[in-house]
Amino acid sequence: MSAKHTFISDVLVVGAGLAGNRAAIAAAEAGLDVIILSLIPPRRSHSTAAQGGMQAALGNSALGKGDSPDVHFADTVKGSDWGNDQEVARMFVETSPIAVRQLSQWGVPWNRVVAGKRKLPDGREVEDTKDKEGYITARDFGGTAKWRTCYTADGTGHTMVYAVDTVVCKMGITTHDRIEAISLIHDGVNCLGVVARNLRNGDIVTYLAKSTVIATGGSGRLYAASTNAVICNGAGGAICQATGIVPLGNMEAVQFHPTGMVPVWILMTEGARGDGGYLLDKNLYRFMPDYEPKKKELASRDVVSRRMTQHMRKGLGVDSKYGPHLWLDIRHLGRKWVWSNLREIANISMNFNGIDPATSLVPVRPTQHYTMGGVRTNKDGAAYGLKGLFALGEAACWDLHGFNRLGGNSVAETVVSGMIVGDAVAKYTLGATQNYNYKLIEDFVKIEEERIKNLISGKNGRENVYDIKKGVENAMMDHVGIFRTGPDLEQGVAKLQELYKRSLKIGLRSSGQGANPELADALRQPGLCRTALSICYGALMRTESRGSHSREDFPKRDDVNWLKRTLAYWKEGSDLPTLDYEPVVCKELPPGDRGYGESSAAGKDK
Amino acid sequence: MRQLTFSIFRFNPNIPGDKPRMQEYKLEEQDGMSMFVALTKIREELDPTLMFDFVCRAAICGSCAMLINGRPRLACKTLAKNMPSRITMMPLPVFKLIGDLCVDTGTWFKDLQIKTEAWVHTNKKFDPKALEEKMDNEVAEKIYEPDRCVECGCCVAACITANIRDDFIGATGINRVARFMLDPRDERSDADYFDVVGNEEGTFGCVGLMGCDDLCPMEIPLQENLAYVRRKMAAAGLKLQFQGVKVS
Repeated sequence: MSAKHTFISDVLVVGAGLAGNRAAIAAAEAGLDVIILSLIPPRRSHSTAAQGGMQAALGNSALGKGDSPDVHFADTVKGSDWGNDQEVARMFVETSPIAVRQLSQWGVPWNRVVAGKRKLPDGREVEDTKDKEGYITARDFGGTAKWRTCYTADGTGHTMVYAVDTVVCKMGITTHDRIEAISLIHDGVNCLGVVARNLRNGDIVTYLAKSTVIATGGSGRLYAASTNAVICNGAGGAICQATGIVPLGNMEAVQFHPTGMVPVWILMTEGARGDGGYLLDKNLYRFMPDYEPKKKELASRDVVSRRMTQHMRKGLGVDSKYGPHLWLDIRHLGRKWVWSNLREIANISMNFNGIDPATSLVPVRPTQHYTMGGVRTNKDGAAYGLKGLFALGEAACWDLHGFNRLGGNSVAETVVSGMIVGDAVAKYTLGATQNYNYKLIEDFVKIEEERIKNLISGKNGRENVYDIKKGVENAMMDHVGIFRTGPDLEQGVAKLQELYKRSLKIGLRSSGQGANPELADALRQPGLCRTALSICYGALMRTESRGSHSREDFPKRDDVNWLKRTLAYWKEGSDLPTLDYEPVVCKELPPGDRGYGESSAAGKDK
Repeated sequence: MRQLTFSIFRFNPNIPGDKPRMQEYKLEEQDGMSMFVALTKIREELDPTLMFDFVCRAAICGSCAMLINGRPRLACKTLAKNMPSRITMMPLPVFKLIGDLCVDTGTWFKDLQIKTEAWVHTNKKFDPKALEEKMDNEVAEKIYEPDRCVECGCCVAACITANIRDDFIGATGINRVARFMLDPRDERSDADYFDVVGNEEGTFGCVGLMGCDDLCPMEIPLQENLAYVRRKMAAAGLKLQFQGVKVS
């Protein structure tokens, strides 16, 4: 048997969120034939869930005056805890203002500067000047020296996704939705495309291209409590790692957002605190200034999430049947502000908790939010290990974010890397030739067909995919959370190894016919177990604390031994990733003090 | 806690011989249970063949629209506590069925974008060195209002015209056009828009029952936006007629 259809293009983009779509536009602008694959209609991508905004150093708003790419660069490097690639960060900060302005031309209704004086919730008076009126404004976000986060209310991702997708549509770029890439086709040197499953009818199809671009988002759903959409499970990275030669970088770097809403774990934007919101404990006491006198609620996310957890460990959390939580208080911003500039989270809070945040407190707890790691690429977005394979956005470890991403830098990364990596893809593709090795392609199709046959017949076993999925989600919550310890991580690795072995013995309970959802889950699960193991094992081996990776048994950042990036390979037949390391080069800004967080506080005590 | 009975439409057109039917599942209600939680539980514990769509589960992506007890709603934000103990679920009408509760909104909306040319029409070339053009914040906020549409399809399912005419663009389509009309960056004239929506497939196909406005999960003021486009198009039509252009 062979694949039902074969589609051939110059460029194949897997994933139609902001990163994938923007890269596709860049490739199409170069005259290349592009096909974009998406699990879902592109406008439903998780990029739409970005709320608070996009960082770009425009310097238009009152407290953005004096901002520049240099200041943005320093904030991003400090935010990353010196774990990121500074060359990438430099390109990013220089390009982000261009990206935001291009999006403006494409139709994003960015909020604009309104001239006049106003009093901030903390009592400061600021004045937006007449000369800046009408230019794109910005709000405050965590870990930034200036107000730099451009926004459309708190629906920024939505308006960006829609604007970028209008351009995809206008340019007539081909998008195939409800298609899932299930393996990469490669010959050990070049990537030739993907084997995919059509989620409308279950057909196996192949896509061949001179270059394949992975833009499949993060892997947050490996955790039971995540702000991420249900499709964000890291499957795109997993099919790359499954080649044995493409590594995932820094998978142990997992961000927990301070304000996931209890108990549904939907995001309450950082913009709520940026606009002046507070975090309160069970005594309605504003505790963050005690821990972070300078940045208060607006230290970087890793720091705020740790401080909240620390505070709850002291017994000062609010008890609930979902465990302890804290309160997000934005009542003092006033009804008008809440229901205009924070209206989407106000809606979410009403819809899912029946709480109007203009008058009531919102229950929050740090929740898995972002995957800093991903398919390791060079600064052009070219994946390590295979020619013709690229990755970008949350799926990639381009390494803009190192060990902690700043709020507002992820949607920014999607479009900025879409421009930079998209151009690199175009350049590569224009010089590449199509490889039609039918034998090789057929072999990859056969492997997938064999897997499907075995899942349906139960040849390898009768393990229930959903038991394993839940097992992984709980193991990640229990062992690879905000604070980590060696023994805990060792237990996590053991549990995940067991789950991985079971995932190789999954058998369907259903017939697997047509677009059967159980089959989709079953095909993915071994890859998700490998990704989870890459996170947990990477965390175990990294014996320091850096950014979001916080080891209680190794509480200090260790630049002597750990100024390096983890590369997790998966060798066939193994039940653990093989870890390799590469140096992190601090080209501009040598490692120093972040100016917030535990190490800064310790420094002051001396 | 109550025992809930879910009566769910089942039909997989890709399985030879499969026939449309209603199938019942029973679940114990949980605290704060949404239809997302309920359907996921049914798939993972009772019936792994059940097809439905969720992405964000936070009422911002528009994936999970379906008829719940006869009304088009987003399943993710429909809470069990607001429903009777017997809950029926049907796929949205108008859209092509993929299977069970999944419908093909993607193709329908893509066709709509192309038909209404729903992008900013401008002859300006982007200059990466130039500052952005200025805009009043109030204008930006006005554009954001119709731009909030998540293309869930509830307004289309609720629309009598869309249920009768295949080519009607629905409230979502007219609202999308309103979004570009409000946007000074779009250089189209009223006559250009008239070509797109000044007809029975567009603004003049609406018979004014306003099921769309009642059922929009994003609470977009559809009635207002539809009236805005209709007024503009009626005026544009008259103007064209005065100019001697034949308007059907």
